[in-house]
Amino acid sequence: MAAYLLRRLLIAVPTLLVIATLAFVLLRATPGGPFDGDKPMMPEIRRSIEARYHLDEPLWQQYLRYLGDLAQGDLGPSFQYRNTSVNELIAQGMPVDIIIGGSALLLALLGGGALGMLAALKRNSWLDHLGMSIAVLGISVPVFVIAPLLILVFAIRLQWLPPGDWVAGSWRHALLPVLALACPYLAYIARLMRASTIEVLASPWMLAARARGLSTHSILLRHALRPALLPVVAFLGPAFAGVITGSIVIETVFGLPGIGRHFITGALNRDYTVVMGVTVLYGALIIAFNLLADLCQAWLDPRVRLK
Amino acid sequence: MKADAVPGPWTEAWLRLRRHRAAMVSLVILGLVALASLLLPLFSPYHYAVPDWDAIFGEPRWQDGHVFGTDNLGRDMLVRVMWGCRISLLVGILASLVSVLIGVIWGTTAGYVGGRVDSVMMRFVDILYSVPFIPLVIVLSVLFGRNFLLVFIAIGAVSWLDIARIVRSQTLSLKQREFIEAAQALGVRTPAMIFRHLVPNLLGIVVVYATLTIPTVILFEALLSFLGLGVRAPLASLGSLVAEGVTNLQSHPYMLISPAIFLALVICCFNYLGDGLRDALDPRDRGA
Repeated sequence: MAAYLLRRLLIAVPTLLVIATLAFVLLRATPGGPFDGDKPMMPEIRRSIEARYHLDEPLWQQYLRYLGDLAQGDLGPSFQYRNTSVNELIAQGMPVDIIIGGSALLLALLGGGALGMLAALKRNSWLDHLGMSIAVLGISVPVFVIAPLLILVFAIRLQWLPPGDWVAGSWRHALLPVLALACPYLAYIARLMRASTIEVLASPWMLAARARGLSTHSILLRHALRPALLPVVAFLGPAFAGVITGSIVIETVFGLPGIGRHFITGALNRDYTVVMGVTVLYGALIIAFNLLADLCQAWLDPRVRLK
Repeated sequence: MKADAVPGPWTEAWLRLRRHRAAMVSLVILGLVALASLLLPLFSPYHYAVPDWDAIFGEPRWQDGHVFGTDNLGRDMLVRVMWGCRISLLVGILASLVSVLIGVIWGTTAGYVGGRVDSVMMRFVDILYSVPFIPLVIVLSVLFGRNFLLVFIAIGAVSWLDIARIVRSQTLSLKQREFIEAAQALGVRTPAMIFRHLVPNLLGIVVVYATLTIPTVILFEALLSFLGLGVRAPLASLGSLVAEGVTNLQSHPYMLISPAIFLALVICCFNYLGDGLRDALDPRDRGA
């Protein structure tokens, strides 16, 4: 177990290196720089600014400097927000993303799991058919359509909830973004859970549990839930990556001050360090979450070998 | 086909698919949407790019001939939505072909050659799985400007990973079969082995996952267009039309409804079709 963890963490290092390098090369291969503004800049000023951010050095030297700083956890200064470091920008935006993304993932897991199991138990009933039709719809309607529709209905027409903006600690401001972000994953998890529960219910050990005269309640929660959760847990890694992408969209639509917004404006303004920093952060989060999902899978089913 | 003839694997798959009602309905709907997107703009009196200043923000009405209404420049929404379907379907199918091609070649090579080559190739796939590609593609499209070709390549390059993994695991099991051994004994070289003997036997599973790749690609392109990074202005994809609809959501919600419905419809149909094809073609479920 410890050896496995260590190995996975060791693999994470070259992966992050690849991500950082990819981001660096792609960004620098494109025309334009962070200080090509609309206003012409005096050559001396430009040179001094570029020297301050080490943009006058040869590329390989900048690359090595970037990797060196990265190894120490320093993502460098932002170019567009003077006197602000990328670490500070991320620290500002992170709480919003943790609340929105975390709640959305939790909602998708609990809601989707419960719905899927219910549909499996009532297989081929009208409840099952209705639920699964809605689930296919949920997968097919992208986040950027669901979000404005939710705004239209609940904020503009019914005026129950605010249409956007962010007030820290206000659940009313968080509700619509969380719902919109959770929708596709909730639907997908419901479908996965339904299929796996049906498979588990048909297995011999379920028959054995029934033959022992256990109550339906105990059969479901103590015997069926654990194996049925396996494919759902395996999906959590990709779902997490999707929630990251979705959060970028959600922040744009609802005007939330998260990391994704810095990422988009950073890309528009050629703010190299912000874009690279956020990309590396996303990569690290995806790696961490995949590892967590694998560990969960091994815990749920000891037959899954950690190799 | 004679009555006593044994149906070939593809005929059998087609018969199984025909029994899948949702998949068949989806296939018909997709065909109709494709046909309409090709023909309607040809026969409509309106052009997708020509503004009509007298018809700005026209609500959907039969009498005017603007069934889906008109947009902020007075352009007919029906023609624009059909153009959006054209672009989205085109991107979805072409980019899926690119990713299937890469995935199949990568997966069969890794699986068939095996050993160190296999572990290096699959480790590479593992690493790519952790790269936050969609954010990177967003950055790329921002930087290179709206380059349609780039969107194609980027999407195709991202979505081959799943196919590579599935194809590899199928290749590993095919490798154990006698016909491969026989071909090896006859001295067939590796490239010929992959393309003549392995790939044809993988086609079923490849068709299934290609069909399931198309909707994700369409969604991806729509996402890029939604963020203003996909197709160039007068042209429209379903994503950019949705974005225009969102901009005018408060005053003219009908501008969101028609492209959103078509986007959801197309994605929905591809998902159902993929489900049906999986039931008909995936060897893992056969005989159950």
